[in-house]
Amino acid sequence: MNRVVITGMGIYSTIGKNLAEVRDSLYYGRSGIGIDPRRKEFGFRSCLTGVIERPNLKNDLPRRMRIGLAEQGEYSYVATMEALKNAGIDMDFLEKNEVGILYGNDSSSIPVIESIDLIREKRDTTLIGSGAIFQSMNSTITMNLSVILKLRGINFTISGACASSSHAIGMAYLLIKQGLQDIIICGGGQEINAESMGSFDGLSAFSTREDDPTKASRPFDRDRDGLVPSGGAATVILESYESAMRRGARILAEVNGYGFSSNGDHISVPNVDGPVRSLKRCLEDAGLKACDIDYINAHATATPIGDMNEAKAIDLIFGECRPLVSSTKSMTGHEMWMGGASEVIYSMIMMENSFVAPNINFENPDEFTGKLNIAGKTIEKKIEVFLSNSFGFGGTNSTLIISKFK
Amino acid sequence: MKPEIVAKVNEFLAEEFEIEAALLTPEARLVEDLGIESLDFVDIVVIIERDFGFKVKREDMEGVHTLEDLYKYIETRAV
Repeated sequence: MNRVVITGMGIYSTIGKNLAEVRDSLYYGRSGIGIDPRRKEFGFRSCLTGVIERPNLKNDLPRRMRIGLAEQGEYSYVATMEALKNAGIDMDFLEKNEVGILYGNDSSSIPVIESIDLIREKRDTTLIGSGAIFQSMNSTITMNLSVILKLRGINFTISGACASSSHAIGMAYLLIKQGLQDIIICGGGQEINAESMGSFDGLSAFSTREDDPTKASRPFDRDRDGLVPSGGAATVILESYESAMRRGARILAEVNGYGFSSNGDHISVPNVDGPVRSLKRCLEDAGLKACDIDYINAHATATPIGDMNEAKAIDLIFGECRPLVSSTKSMTGHEMWMGGASEVIYSMIMMENSFVAPNINFENPDEFTGKLNIAGKTIEKKIEVFLSNSFGFGGTNSTLIISKFK
Repeated sequence: MKPEIVAKVNEFLAEEFEIEAALLTPEARLVEDLGIESLDFVDIVVIIERDFGFKVKREDMEGVHTLEDLYKYIETRAV
């Protein structure tokens, strides 16, 4: 079995458009949350959202490559170019070596809506234009990036709701571990537009604390009232240790384990047993004990039941050692399809810079979250091993354990 | 050939398809010289309807090889 390492990362998020900006935001506990007034016009319960600027790729890509990219594809392109640069991989290398892509994405609303609006109005499908189909499919990110980057390895999208990109990293880890691929570009992209969030808003899942947007996302806090939707993209380069050595690449971390499970329960209400099984499987795969984990980046989205059940699951497995826990969603909001990959990057930035980012807005614990060792403010700490949880609708769970390379 | 048609076509090829203006000569072949590919013809159909106000069938484009063919085709169809 191959050892699997991470040799590059890149990020485009509501708390920074590159690794350096994100590092500062994490350290200083900056929020990326704001208000989208359009949502009021649409009849949303909540106008709260992560705020991000669309990148302008006109000088980076030719027209044919740009017109297939949906919003989250643009974010993913920027994050991936940063990750490849970070990994020391250029186009020449990509053309001469077999590199794959596994990316998490689970929606692409705007191109679908705009195409159907046009069909209904014009009754002529040709008028939709040639880019819409490549923007509207769930695999939009992998189908576009694989062409732009001339990739010749494994190539597909993983849709596992809010655990999509965590599973993408997990699957890439398994493929490299087994020797089937040497390098896989992994990550997740998430659209942030109002149209894509309407049906989720309709479930009353979002915080309505609109008077104070940066205080709205309150994972684990007693007074949490729901999540804040967000987005962007995050890319990590997974590679076999042998390949990294061959290229003389800088090794940023090692992927030690991947755990997964399905709740077999309710479509939207998480339980305790599913995450517990994912955590146990991940620890077992990594050959580590609960007390070996220095930091847990929790899934915790700030929904009342979700955070309670995750707190119970973490307490059940880690109650004896009580490692530091924080949910970076307190700053970023819920990055959904992107969250698994972005939170691995946030945690790697913390590991590299020896601090635990704060779970901002954690002011009062409740009966269950009070059992965890939650970092309410930035804590200077050496991290050797961290664990990252991602859970999603349908009861899909993913857990990753990543450590400093030794 | 109506100069306003030539100007309009050249404008959309330069702006929307990002083709260098110097390459836009009547004898330029759309595929070989200007780099237009099969998917781009779908977008040309959309733009012709938008800018010249008539519907193009995808099949009509089969006889269009050079820029001059395109000007002529539009001239015969545009009212």
